Amino acid sequence: MKKLLWDTRTVFLRELMPTLRAPSSLIWTMGQPLLFLILFGSLLAGSQGGVSPWQWFVPGILIMMCLSGPMMSGYTLLTELMSGSFERILVSPIDRSALLFGRTLKEFLLLLVQALLIIAVATPLGFELFPLGVLAGLILLVVFGSGLIALSYVLAIASRPSGELFYGVTQMVMFPVLLLSGVLLPVQSGPDWLRVIASLNPVSYLVDAERALFAGNFAEPAVLHGAVTAFGFAAVGLFFGTRAMRKGI
Amino acid sequence: MIHARKLAKRFKVRRGGVVEAVRGIDLDVERGQLVAVLGPNGAGKSTTLRMLTTLLPPTSGTATVAGRDIATDPAGVRDRIGYVGQLSSAGENYRVRDEIVTQGLAYGLSRSAARRRADEMLDLLDLRPMALRHPGSLSGGQRRRLDIAIGLVHRPELLFLDEPSTGLDPHNRANVWEHVLRLREQYGTTIVLTTHYLEEADTMAERVVIIDNGRIIADGTAGGLKSELAGDSLEVTTATEADALRAADVGVFFGDVTRESTTVRVRVTRADTALPEFLRVLGEKDVRAVTATSARPTLDDVFLALTGRSLREDEVAA
Repeated sequence: MKKLLWDTRTVFLRELMPTLRAPSSLIWTMGQPLLFLILFGSLLAGSQGGVSPWQWFVPGILIMMCLSGPMMSGYTLLTELMSGSFERILVSPIDRSALLFGRTLKEFLLLLVQALLIIAVATPLGFELFPLGVLAGLILLVVFGSGLIALSYVLAIASRPSGELFYGVTQMVMFPVLLLSGVLLPVQSGPDWLRVIASLNPVSYLVDAERALFAGNFAEPAVLHGAVTAFGFAAVGLFFGTRAMRKGI
Repeated sequence: MIHARKLAKRFKVRRGGVVEAVRGIDLDVERGQLVAVLGPNGAGKSTTLRMLTTLLPPTSGTATVAGRDIATDPAGVRDRIGYVGQLSSAGENYRVRDEIVTQGLAYGLSRSAARRRADEMLDLLDLRPMALRHPGSLSGGQRRRLDIAIGLVHRPELLFLDEPSTGLDPHNRANVWEHVLRLREQYGTTIVLTTHYLEEADTMAERVVIIDNGRIIADGTAGGLKSELAGDSLEVTTATEADALRAADVGVFFGDVTRESTTVRVRVTRADTALPEFLRVLGEKDVRAVTATSARPTLDDVFLALTGRSLREDEVAA
């Protein structure tokens, strides 16, 4: 156990190292979702009546980051798999699960900082903060994200040596999943067939749950559906992820 | 240090095909040896190394490496060995020294110990001025030395190097070798390396293991393999083809003869003593030799004698 913690810390610190050594790179990582928030949010603010568009859009943008972060993380792993720097770590006695945990931890730290930043920017614009709801929402994102990161690693490992599979899947799947989850635009206004597809998209359950939580509503059934989805993803991801890491590469 | 028995690896490929990469290898390496594993591309050298370093589970067979079983105690093996793969070990987004420190941490060194060890490695491999640079800004030779530094940070008793000098120019190749030999002198590290450069295996290693088609086909000192399997050769050219024919007739009494127009080549056990004798007999028979040379065999001749193919073609292609 002590070794697992130490190894997780080693992997975590290595993942964080490029950012620590060049903090200016954070401007790009942090700036993009903020830009999205401000541009998209302002557009929505003009088009929607009733509920504050910020209340609707802030959870959406967090989910967007929760989808793109793991993808980027898988991409980094893929580069390392193809270059040989991952192999040199595999030949060391480092714990195989720590390779997964350390990387996941780093993604979360990034997600958390981004989330706080977005909330800090959105609050003066009219986003109403329900601290407990936000906390619960973030925990759910962490659970969902850990499954996604693990799956993205499985995909990266399966994509060797060319990496084509990874590029293909992330490009073909990510955008439709994002669009059909209602993150950017409400799916309810689409035609029936679109809504059917959206209801098959696990991410849309998470989006509904996050929106409920960010509005402070714990009692909605959407929260339960979202939680089941998130934990389901985490269980599947961690199972296949640790299996892939242990099996050897 | 290494005891492998019937080690084999079979890969499944698309459409139900199967590739027998390694077909049962028996290998024993004693402490302190420097062994070169030589063979053409695709012979199974890297796959063998990857099994011995626990990166790849064998399909069948057993091996103990540094006293630990690769199947039942891979972590124990990993603790005790170093491995430098064919590709670059250092991540592109990292500084040279940071990567060595990280590797130390991965082997369970404390932060301060890992830093100290990283600095030692930077000195040992003459990388000190590059400590804060990124791998992408290093030369090919410097990068390779960085890979070795990363592989050595925990002072392994046994070091595996997979094609350490491939892709380097002769100057850098010699430089990497200088460091490998220095390391061995200082720490007594057992070294197993793969190469497809014949000269390298010939001049640097005490023991050469030749692998072809997933099997060990020869194992011994370079000198031993050459005299046993290939032998020396004599080469005489004559002014006319008629003379060459008569020279070939004489050559038969010394060894296997091949003739190409006016050039006659004879395989002998010892060229240094056979050549004067051969020339003397030719003189008696009134055959005048225009040129006469003797050649020691190369490992390529050994490979040629064993397989009927030349390793050189492979080297040119690579």
